[in-house]
Amino acid sequence: MKNKSSQFLLLAFLLGPALILFTFFVVIPVFQAAFFSLFKWNGLGPIVDFRGINNFKLLFADEVFHKALTNNLIIVIVSLIIEIPLALYAALIIGRKNFKFAILFRTFFFLPYVLSEVITGLLWQFIYHPQYGLVKMFFAFFAPGVDAPTLLGNPKTVLGAIMVAIIWKYFGFHMSILIAGLQDISEEVREAAKIDGASEGQTTRRIILPLLRPTLMISIFFSIIGSFQVFDVIWAMGKGDPVNSAETMVTYMYKFGMQRFNIGYGSAVAVTIFLICLTFSVFYNRQTLKSEGMTK
Amino acid sequence: MKTQSYSSQKIFARTIQYTFCFLLLLIVVTPLYIGLLGGFKTMGQLMTDPFGFPIPFNIAKYTDLLTGKQGTFWVALTNSLIVSVGTISLTIVVCVLAAFALARMKFRGRELFKSYFMLGLLFPLAVAILPLYLQIRNMHLLDSYMGVILPQCAFQIPMTILLLRGFFLGIPQDLEDACAIDGYGPMGFLMHMVIPLSTPILSTTGILVLVASWNNFFLPLLVFNDVNKFTLPMGVMAFQGQHMSDWNMILAYLTLAMVPAIILFVAGQKYIVAGLTGGAVKG
Repeated sequence: MKNKSSQFLLLAFLLGPALILFTFFVVIPVFQAAFFSLFKWNGLGPIVDFRGINNFKLLFADEVFHKALTNNLIIVIVSLIIEIPLALYAALIIGRKNFKFAILFRTFFFLPYVLSEVITGLLWQFIYHPQYGLVKMFFAFFAPGVDAPTLLGNPKTVLGAIMVAIIWKYFGFHMSILIAGLQDISEEVREAAKIDGASEGQTTRRIILPLLRPTLMISIFFSIIGSFQVFDVIWAMGKGDPVNSAETMVTYMYKFGMQRFNIGYGSAVAVTIFLICLTFSVFYNRQTLKSEGMTK
Repeated sequence: MKTQSYSSQKIFARTIQYTFCFLLLLIVVTPLYIGLLGGFKTMGQLMTDPFGFPIPFNIAKYTDLLTGKQGTFWVALTNSLIVSVGTISLTIVVCVLAAFALARMKFRGRELFKSYFMLGLLFPLAVAILPLYLQIRNMHLLDSYMGVILPQCAFQIPMTILLLRGFFLGIPQDLEDACAIDGYGPMGFLMHMVIPLSTPILSTTGILVLVASWNNFFLPLLVFNDVNKFTLPMGVMAFQGQHMSDWNMILAYLTLAMVPAIILFVAGQKYIVAGLTGGAVKG
């Protein structure tokens, strides 16, 4: 740090590569998406056909997009009422100090998280296979003579079937986050509650859960943001079919943007996804900060 | 305490808790178990007996895949390795440098740069994917490893800088002063002190980037058209498309594709969980 210019050169060397990569491949594309969404464009040749907010009008008038958005919301809600409580209950049990086989449960519950979503999706596609899968065996055992349903081929059941796979893959991840949060709660707090005569249930409800709240809020945040961006699992379990019944916003965007090369329209979908996530993040963080008094 | 913990109410509660955990374990393990054994079965046995042990124990599907008679397992594995190793190396180098500047150097606009990178936490890959595709096409990087490595690295930058910077901030100023007395400048401090001290956080961030890269499907799906460039998730997907009805072979391929992830998981579980929660709690 002898003089100004050598300091500048050093900083350029340290920050430069990250700045260039980040700006070029993250920031610029996001702004480009906002720009492209105002045009009708196939990605080739000059971008001249300005349409204003017409892409968004078309988008919000499209029934398939309504379906996709609804599906995303269903995934959010099911995650909140099944996945998170499941993870929380498991964490409260396994996170206890003297629970036997805790490491075994933890390890296996977390395992699906590191598998790729495509592998998860294909594995579950087999489970649901009406001729080979588990579902078939289940029916053969409990209802002999009744044909096993094709859960992934029926518009009414496909999303539910996919949800099972999603929960299977992700609940252990949330459980691990919550267990880490539990470990930050000091043993003294529990001991103190015990000495005061609180039962195990009372301690959990009155002491542990309130202290765990910040971690729980983070877990819920991940779950919701992730639910708005589901793609791989859906793609591996039938690409949003039959008849768009398992479409999500990202599969919808992929179909229009990449398969039909309607870059402008696809970008309008991307911008919509971004705005939904952004609005949610800002609102959620403000609420969380307000109620927690958390720093950062 | 002893008497309390053996009350009948408590035993009842424990029974419910263990039942719950073992049931959950059964649900988690069953698909993996069926997938693992399925590859050793004949199609007939697959149809009649998904749970049972394979009789005869048929390794032909696995040997077909491993010798390259069917599918392109080794090619996909190699591609996944190249992309992942490339992504990790680049991400770690770039982010160590940047996080060091953001944590240990004093300069005007430091907070601004930090906020700029943290902005990226709000930008999901899906939002940028269409322009990103055009960008990669214009740079003639379609069907090249760099076409996947560069954007993957770019999207890992915010989280990685967040984790590394947090760790670098915690290194005592005394050490830096001592380094300065020994005649080291900032780079000397980084190379001789910060990096050796940072092995835990480097392992954590490295593994997080590895898992994300290894499992990434969306970006390779756009960039790679050439079958010889397909990564494992793409390879598995394409293979399933071609062999729709040979489920025993598909299951064998799925199992093979799972093995590296499971090895990685067993080796690095500690770091994975630490990274996820560290990033989450401090973020």
